[in-house]
Amino acid sequence: MNKITKYLKSLLLLELLKGMSVTGNYFFKRKVTLQYPEEKTPISPRFRGLHALRRYPNGEERCIACKLCEVVCPALAITIESEQREDGTRRTTRYDIDLTKCIFCGYCEESCPVDSIVETQIFEYHGEQRGDLLMTKEKLLAIGDEYEKTIAAARQQDSAYR
Amino acid sequence: MIEWIQTMFGMLPEMVQTVALILGKIVIILVPLMLTVAYFTYAERRVIGAMQVRIGPNRVGPSGSLQPIADAVKLMFKEIVVPTGSSKFLFLLAPILSIGPAIAAWAVIPFDAELVLSNANAGLLYVLAITSIGVYGVIIAGWASNSKYAMLGALRTAAQIVSYEIAMGFALVGVLMASGSMNLGAIVEAQSGHIGHWFLIPLFPLFIIYFISAVAETNRAPFDVAEGESEIVAGFHVEYSGMAFAVFFLAEYANMILVSALAVIMFMGGWLSPFEGWFPDSILNIPVLGFLLGGGIHWFLIKLAFFMFCFLWFRATFPRYRYDQIMRLGWKVFIPITIFWLLLLGILILAEVPPWFSAA
Repeated sequence: MNKITKYLKSLLLLELLKGMSVTGNYFFKRKVTLQYPEEKTPISPRFRGLHALRRYPNGEERCIACKLCEVVCPALAITIESEQREDGTRRTTRYDIDLTKCIFCGYCEESCPVDSIVETQIFEYHGEQRGDLLMTKEKLLAIGDEYEKTIAAARQQDSAYR
Repeated sequence: MIEWIQTMFGMLPEMVQTVALILGKIVIILVPLMLTVAYFTYAERRVIGAMQVRIGPNRVGPSGSLQPIADAVKLMFKEIVVPTGSSKFLFLLAPILSIGPAIAAWAVIPFDAELVLSNANAGLLYVLAITSIGVYGVIIAGWASNSKYAMLGALRTAAQIVSYEIAMGFALVGVLMASGSMNLGAIVEAQSGHIGHWFLIPLFPLFIIYFISAVAETNRAPFDVAEGESEIVAGFHVEYSGMAFAVFFLAEYANMILVSALAVIMFMGGWLSPFEGWFPDSILNIPVLGFLLGGGIHWFLIKLAFFMFCFLWFRATFPRYRYDQIMRLGWKVFIPITIFWLLLLGILILAEVPPWFSAA
């Protein structure tokens, strides 16, 4: 009996018609496509994008050259050199992040005791020639200065969970 | 101006006149056909996109409507790479061999009671013969490419088309028995009457088998093992690029439209209106409405569009058949069913079952 019903079912193409009704219904459903450059998905405050070095509100750079980020970096993308400044504080003389090595794990941001190195929500950037993606201290500080408002806002939003 | 053209035309020798007229008709059929093919590719991408909850191409021109033109221009400017070790003459002949039959078969397709290029009496036979030639294009393409994937694709196509040709032929024999004519126009005339008079109903299994075989004949999903991009890259046309590839593409889509047109003519009453005889003459004499409700090329096109949509619908729905299952379906399912139905059909015809087979 079971065999006969199975045979009749396949002969009458019932399963195929069922499948076609599924795709037929989806034909009229609302489409999920996002028209990218015009529309964008919301981004989490924890998003790990392009790196930046931050400053204190008085203009002093936050980084104290503790080199925790350099140590924790699993891709060995960070290179730091430091020396003592005239006022006796220790500061970096070189802070490079090779973005072609970076895996955007966010460990540097997590390890930083002074919230200096951060990953911003910027993900649309590119380099046009070799070396463009090798971020130096100046470039990183410039990014930090430019996007300080959004960076601070994102930290503020996430502060309850830190 | 028109008069001047007419007098000039009249001055030409009679033979030239005939040839010019026929060429004109061919152009009138071919240009819309090629445009339909172009926009069929666009429709395919949009329809399948919609069924996968995407949008599909919508950047080139208003909602993507210039996409096929952009594709055509791109393909035209690409180089036709002829692989080393290939047979160059055959390699370039293959696309021509595959598009030639796909276009030539349109000669006997009646779009309307009068609109047919050649009202041949053996139209059905001509279509069967011509469409069978198309397989040579594929086989030669696969062989001349000097590539194992192309060869495998060609072999698969050859076997598949040969097996489904039989089931398809038997389904057409059913139509032949029911209508008593090989003339495609006469086949449509034999179905005159409202929707209940169409051969769709007495020949329903044959219709289903015809359409499934047609999908297999045109190497479309779910029978697209000849291309099988996940197994043998692109099958018989791996080595083709640029315009040579485009011609294969055109042939495939022209073939799809052709088999849809044949399904419309043989089972769905061609240009006949489904409401024939339902409305009194007073309604049919209303200018626009009467024209729309009466038979005409618009009904042919609407039915054609439905079948063409089905091709896309199938592709969006079904996964590809395994090769041995394709063969099983063709030989062990379709052919027995068609033979059985031909016997039954003979009985129906002898019994003169109305409304399809009544003697009057």
